[in-house]
Amino acid sequence: MNAAISEDVKADCLLRPGNTNCGGCGMSTGLTLLGRALENEDYSLVIPACCGIVTAGAFPTTAYSVPVTAATFASSPAFASGVAAVNDLNPDGKPKHVICWAGDGGTYDIGIATLSAAAERNENLIYICYDNEIYGNTGGQRSSATPFAAKTTTTPGGKIESKKDIIGIMAAHRVPYAATLSIAHPEDFRAKIEKALKIEGFRFFLIHAPCPTGWKTEPAESIELVSLAVRSGMFPLYEVFDGTDYRLNAEPDGTDPEKYYTKQRRFSGQPIDLDSVRVAVGARMDRLRRLAGLGRH
Amino acid sequence: MNMQLATGNQAAGHSMSIAGEANRHARGSISGIYPITPQTEIVEYVAKFPFSKGRVIPVESEHSAMGVCIGASLNGARAFTASSSNGLAYMAENVMVAAFYRLPIVMAAVNRTLGPPWNIWADQGDSLMFRDFAWVQLYCDSNQDVADTTLLAFRLAEDPRVLLPVMVCMDAFIVSHTSMEIELASQEQADRYLPPCEIPHHLDPAHPVTVGGMAFPQETLTHRMDLDQAIRQVPAVLEEHRAHFNEVFGREVSGAVSAYRTEDADQIFIASGTISLTLKDVVDERRQKGEKIGMIRIKMFRPFPTAEIARLCRNVEKIGVLDRNYSAGTGGIFWQEIRAALQGRGGHLVQGYLTGVGGGDVVPDAVREVVADLKQRTEAGDPVWKGIDQ
Repeated sequence: MNAAISEDVKADCLLRPGNTNCGGCGMSTGLTLLGRALENEDYSLVIPACCGIVTAGAFPTTAYSVPVTAATFASSPAFASGVAAVNDLNPDGKPKHVICWAGDGGTYDIGIATLSAAAERNENLIYICYDNEIYGNTGGQRSSATPFAAKTTTTPGGKIESKKDIIGIMAAHRVPYAATLSIAHPEDFRAKIEKALKIEGFRFFLIHAPCPTGWKTEPAESIELVSLAVRSGMFPLYEVFDGTDYRLNAEPDGTDPEKYYTKQRRFSGQPIDLDSVRVAVGARMDRLRRLAGLGRH
Repeated sequence: MNMQLATGNQAAGHSMSIAGEANRHARGSISGIYPITPQTEIVEYVAKFPFSKGRVIPVESEHSAMGVCIGASLNGARAFTASSSNGLAYMAENVMVAAFYRLPIVMAAVNRTLGPPWNIWADQGDSLMFRDFAWVQLYCDSNQDVADTTLLAFRLAEDPRVLLPVMVCMDAFIVSHTSMEIELASQEQADRYLPPCEIPHHLDPAHPVTVGGMAFPQETLTHRMDLDQAIRQVPAVLEEHRAHFNEVFGREVSGAVSAYRTEDADQIFIASGTISLTLKDVVDERRQKGEKIGMIRIKMFRPFPTAEIARLCRNVEKIGVLDRNYSAGTGGIFWQEIRAALQGRGGHLVQGYLTGVGGGDVVPDAVREVVADLKQRTEAGDPVWKGIDQ
C-alpha cells in the first residue's frame, strides 16, 4: 500500500519528493533530517558546486522548498556572509537563518580559506559539511577528507594520507559551536541543530554521509555503516563549544572497526593494518574523552 | 559647491559610500573588501565610513569580496567593492556570477598591469579580461569623472531595464593617486539621485527558488539572450540617468563616447582613460597648425558603442587607436573592437598603437609621434609599439 503524501507535507519537506538523488545517499537523508529540525524556521541555503546543488534539479524546477543560492565552489561561506549580513541589518521579528550546505571538497579543499575566514569573522551562519569523503559529483576522486587506504579514481592503490581533522580546524578558530552529526542518530542530530539555532555566530556541523556509488557499498546499508562508524569510534559524535569545551554525545560500544571496513569495497583488495586503525581510533577517543573531562576507558 | 582635493581613489570611495548610505531606508548596503595596490585607499575609505545601515566585511580574498557582494545583493542590499590587477584576475569566477545572476553590483577597478613581472603602473588589461562577462564597463579620464561616474553607475546598474553590474575603471596612479580639486557629492544629493535599491529576484521564502542551479542548453541560451537584451538597453538608459544627474548635481557627467573636433576632421584618433586628455591637447596643438584632426574618447567599452563610433567616423579616411592594453596575438583591444565596429562601413584605414602598455607615461611627444605616423600612412599595418627605449 502506498502511503499518501499530502500536499502540505510535500511543501514542507526541505528535500521534496521527486529528486533524482542516488539510493542510499547520506546527503539526502541529512537534508531530510535537517528539514525536520528546521520545520518551523525561516531559512535559506547557500550551496556550492557539489551533489547538493545538482539535487535541486534543472531550472526552472527545484527539489528544495526554501530559497537556495548556488555559490561557486570555493565561495559558499562568502556568499552566505553577504546573505546573513543583510538579514542582520533587517531584523523583522523571526530570525532568518542562513545555512551553507557543502560537500567535503568544497569544505576541506577548495573552500577552506573562505571557510576559515568566515569562521574567523564569526559570521552569523550555520555551515554544514556533508562529508562523503570524495568528490562524489565528479565520479569519486580523492579529497583531503578521503580516509587512509580508501580507493578512489585518483588513488587507485588506496589513499596513502589520512583525513584532515576538520572539527579540530574549526575548534582552532574558537567558533561558538562545532559538532558532528550522524544520520544514524536522528535525535542527536535534531537536538544539536536546535541547539545551534539558539547560538549566535559561526556554527559548524560535520555529517558523515555515505555515498554508495563512491564507497562501493550497498545503498540499503548506508545507515548501518554510519551506525558502525559511531559504535566503533571511527566517527565519534561530539560537540565543541567556543573551541575549548568538548562534550561526547555517544560512547563507542566496542564494535570492531573491521566491521566498518569490510562492508566497503573502497577498502578491498589491499591489506589494511587494522591494528594500527584500532590504535588510532582508541587514541582519538581517549583524547576526546580527556578534552571532555572524562576518564580514559 | 563643495570643491576639495581628492584622489581618484578617494573620489570612488566617497561616491560608493554615500551611494551605500543612500540605501539606508531600504535593505542597507554591504561591501566585501580586500586590499591591493593601487585601489586599497578605496576600501579604506569605505571601511571608515559611518554607515547607518550597512556593513563592511573585510574578507580573505578578492574572490570572497565579490562573493559577499553577490550574497548581499541577492538578499536585496546595495553592494559594492573595488579591486585591481591580479586581484581582479583572482576574483574572476565570481565577477562572472555577478552578471549572470543579474546583480547591480558596482565595482571600482583601478587599472593596473597584470603580473608577473610585478608592476603597479597603469594598464587596462586587468578589467578588459572581463569584456565577455556581461558587465557594463566605464573608463574614466579624471578624478571628477570617477566621482560622478560611480554614482551614475549605481543608477544605471539598478535600473530595472538593465540590472547588470557596472565596473568603473580608472588608470592606476595617474587618477587613483593624483589629487585634483573636484566636487564631491553630498549625502543629500546622493539620496535624491539614487532611489532605493530593488532587486526583483531577491531571496524570498514565500517564493523559494534555486538561483543558479542546473540549466540545459535551451534555458542557458535564453539566459544569454536575456543578458544581451539587457545590456543593449544601456546606451539609452545611460543617457536618461546622465540627464537626471545634471538636474541633481548641476554638472554634466561624461557619456559613453565624447567626440572632439571631429566634424570636419580627416583623421580621427581614439583613446580611453587619461590618454584621451593628453590626446585632446595634441589635437588642439595640431589644429592650430592647420591639421584637420579630431578625437574620440570612448568611456563605455561594454556595451561597445558601435553605432556611435561608426557615425562619428563615417567621413574620415584614417583612424588611429591608442591602446593602453595588449591582447597577445592581435594587438590593442579597443583597436580590435573599432575595426569590428567599422567592418563593412566604408573601408577606413584603422591603425593600432600600443601606448603605455605596462604603465609607461604617454607624454604629448608620444602622441605627436602617433599623429605623425598616421599622417604618412597609406595602409594599415601591425599594431605599432610605442615607448620602447631604443
